Amino acid sequence: MTIDGSHGQVDGTTDAGRPDDDVPAPPGVVTPGPGPEGESPAREDRAIVTVPGDDGRVEPIAEVVGTKTGMFGIDGTGDTSGYGGLVRTIAMPRATRAPYGGWFDATAESLGNALAAGGIAWDDAIESVLVDRGELTFFVRRHALLDVCRRLRDEAELRYEFCAGVSGVHFPQDSGRELHAVYHLLSITHNRRIRLVATCPDADPHVPSVVSVYPTNDWHERETFDFFGIVFDGHPALTRIQMPDDWPGHPQRKDYPLGGIPVEYKGASIPPPDQRRAYS
Amino acid sequence: MSTDERSSQGPHRRADPYAATDSEPTEGTVFTATGQDWDDIVRSIGPAPEERIVVNMGPQHPSTHGVLRLILELEGETVTELRCGIGYLHTGIEKNMEFRTWTQGVTFCTRMDYLSPFYNEAAYCLAVERLLGVTDEIPDRATVIRVLLMELNRISSHLVALATAGMELGALTVMTFGFRERELVLDVFEMITGLRMNHAFIRPGGLAQDLPPGAVEKVRDLLDLMPKRLRDIRLLLDDNPIFRLRTEGIGYLDLAACMSLGVSGPPLRSTGLPWDLRKSQPYCGYETYEFAVQTQTTCDAYGRYLIRMAEMEESLKIVEQCLDRLVPGPVMIADRKIAWPAQLALGGDGLGNSLDHIRHIMSESMEALIHHFKLVTEGFRVPSGQVYSAIESPRGELGVHLVSDGGTRPYRAHFRDPSFTNLQAVAAACEGSMISDVVAAVASLDPVMGGVDR
Amino acid sequence: MGIEEKLPSGFLLTTVEKMANEAHRASLWPATFGLACCAIEMMSSGGPRYDLARFGMEVFRASPRQADLMIVAGRVSQKMAPVLRQIYDQMANPKWVISMGVCASSGGMFNNYAIVQGVDHVVPVDIYLPGCPPRPEMLINAIMELHEDIRNRKIGAHRRVEVGEREQLALTAVPTSDQRGLLQ
Repeated sequence: MTIDGSHGQVDGTTDAGRPDDDVPAPPGVVTPGPGPEGESPAREDRAIVTVPGDDGRVEPIAEVVGTKTGMFGIDGTGDTSGYGGLVRTIAMPRATRAPYGGWFDATAESLGNALAAGGIAWDDAIESVLVDRGELTFFVRRHALLDVCRRLRDEAELRYEFCAGVSGVHFPQDSGRELHAVYHLLSITHNRRIRLVATCPDADPHVPSVVSVYPTNDWHERETFDFFGIVFDGHPALTRIQMPDDWPGHPQRKDYPLGGIPVEYKGASIPPPDQRRAYS
Repeated sequence: MSTDERSSQGPHRRADPYAATDSEPTEGTVFTATGQDWDDIVRSIGPAPEERIVVNMGPQHPSTHGVLRLILELEGETVTELRCGIGYLHTGIEKNMEFRTWTQGVTFCTRMDYLSPFYNEAAYCLAVERLLGVTDEIPDRATVIRVLLMELNRISSHLVALATAGMELGALTVMTFGFRERELVLDVFEMITGLRMNHAFIRPGGLAQDLPPGAVEKVRDLLDLMPKRLRDIRLLLDDNPIFRLRTEGIGYLDLAACMSLGVSGPPLRSTGLPWDLRKSQPYCGYETYEFAVQTQTTCDAYGRYLIRMAEMEESLKIVEQCLDRLVPGPVMIADRKIAWPAQLALGGDGLGNSLDHIRHIMSESMEALIHHFKLVTEGFRVPSGQVYSAIESPRGELGVHLVSDGGTRPYRAHFRDPSFTNLQAVAAACEGSMISDVVAAVASLDPVMGGVDR
Repeated sequence: MGIEEKLPSGFLLTTVEKMANEAHRASLWPATFGLACCAIEMMSSGGPRYDLARFGMEVFRASPRQADLMIVAGRVSQKMAPVLRQIYDQMANPKWVISMGVCASSGGMFNNYAIVQGVDHVVPVDIYLPGCPPRPEMLINAIMELHEDIRNRKIGAHRRVEVGEREQLALTAVPTSDQRGLLQ
């Protein structure tokens, strides 16, 4: 399967998936271009797909992050089914318009007050707020990550003392925001969970390390570096943790192959999983 | 080597940079003793400098709880620094799941933390169902059986934790006890799912198939037998002076240490904090079951042992409540676009699709045939987005971060494994203690290397 | 027949080869090389229900110098492969290897960058045991097959001839993907 050879569908809603709903991209969608050097482009510059909510629920605004072509992962003349020309856009939920409902508003307000008390403007620190599937996500600008984390941990109304680790996600076509570092925080005091997402481009994969705020992230940041190549600035000892120390490449990136070998049978040979004909 | 030294050597030595020179022998200082001057030599060395040795308790070791590499810097018997080397069991499961459908992902994730496979499956399936938005549509019978299987798995996992802890401390009888009891639980698993380990039974939408006839009676027999067996283990270990000496005060991690290091599960509850996701953020209907969260206040290995024993006894209570509330019903979601279509049955040539199901899809319903084909080969599609779904596994908080791009495969599946985070704390728990305490502390944190390395 | 009839009773005659093989077979000490899920099944077969002690094998030697049999139980990652080879090299002859489970035999379901696709890339294997994980009874079956192999093993000069013949067979064997025909 090529990196952009799989397909998805334009969908920012939360109802259950229906197979083979070939919803074409709504008019006015523009594929995202490269952002200004070194920083994620402002939200207004990126293509936005708005999907109306059907029952008055707060629906997130989705953003196109890439396209998939074809149905079976075959390029060229191998695929004679006619589905080879299929182009589907992948849109990920990116923001929700305030008010968010429930305790999400109170949390956003507390965080805003805490940041303001430290002299940090909201838009300078937070790119967007997303409420999706009952979970609150803050897209944090990476230079403000430490400030946000410190306030989330220390403010009385927030008190997110427990960090459940950081993991990476790679969107190779989302230029300027390819690598996401996703932090999950838990407040045992208030019994709540939130998520922070810090994005960085492939060309400059640096994110500040939060080990000074949450020491538990030591190994998690090493693992994210090992698998995605995100360099956490300020980490005490950023080395590979899962792969051998001299391993080239970062395995869980989308441009790294799965690395399997063809499987031999008597009289036949099956290609490895990432090179087989398969639905995608 | 400087050019002077190189030129002062003979021609045969010039090429070898590691060869000893007259002034720098390869093996440290050389003393020449000519006879009856040994005392003078010893006196000339002076007081012995502190000897620090770096010892590798390598990946292959009977007492490191799996393929864990512990690098110890020792001063005598005391450990001054401890570092863990992990990754010896890294399997690339998370990346492999990106090339399989959502349902096939269950067979992969079940092999991560191989002592609690139902927990991996349940965490993953709960996350998929949250992404689909069908958490409320899972049938009650499926949810109750999920809880039943998870609690039985908690018992079998804690038994292995006890057994391996005993073996590592040298108490081999505990190992035979633990594995004997575990066989009883595995018999139940084999009857219900067909396999002793790595079942792939909990699937997105429900379960692979319903309980076979006789399963409820078998579980009730287990509920009769298990309390006596657990009592036997308690009689052996609770007041055992050697066991208490080896575990009391060992592996000390207080609340501040646990919170800053992200430790969850029995080590966190041994500090006195009653944090259990089954009570605090219930899933699968846990809020309707009666059980107590077990805590101790000693923050040491002995406290964790007591918590695990008590949790096993609580799990038996939950299993009994599950059996009492089982009512007949479907075990897969009603939505035909997601529900796993196959009905398995034991035929003349082994386990396979039941003949009724084959007759239905081949002769009776074209839609059923299409659904079966499409769901098994292509799989269902999940709307794009991401979720984090956490459950309380025997080792702590097992979280699944699942990202979907709207397709038939996970775009990214990351498992926040409790063993990975708990193992980070072993340095804080062991530095300053003796080597034998390292073994006891690691055993009390109960890391499973499959979960650590994934 | 022959000489046994003429000797006073209480004597058994056999060959050195059979004696040595019987000694090897009857107390084969495994080295602890449990890696993943198969290791748990291996520990279960050492447990009370499926008892390996009846074969003289309950003592899992941690030190490879004292072990005869290495049961590679579980998936071997790229990081672990050199360790595996080192443990194998540290074992004294005669030594045997059982690759337990599909991950050790062929990489199993993990056909990816991280797992060695079969430990026979690293160490020579005597018995391949499929299963994910194989039941303890299957492991005991594999061990008993190995016992049969050990019983028929030659020593000394005969062994060198046998090894030469096996090597010739292996060099001229048809590779798997070239084996065609029905029901191979």
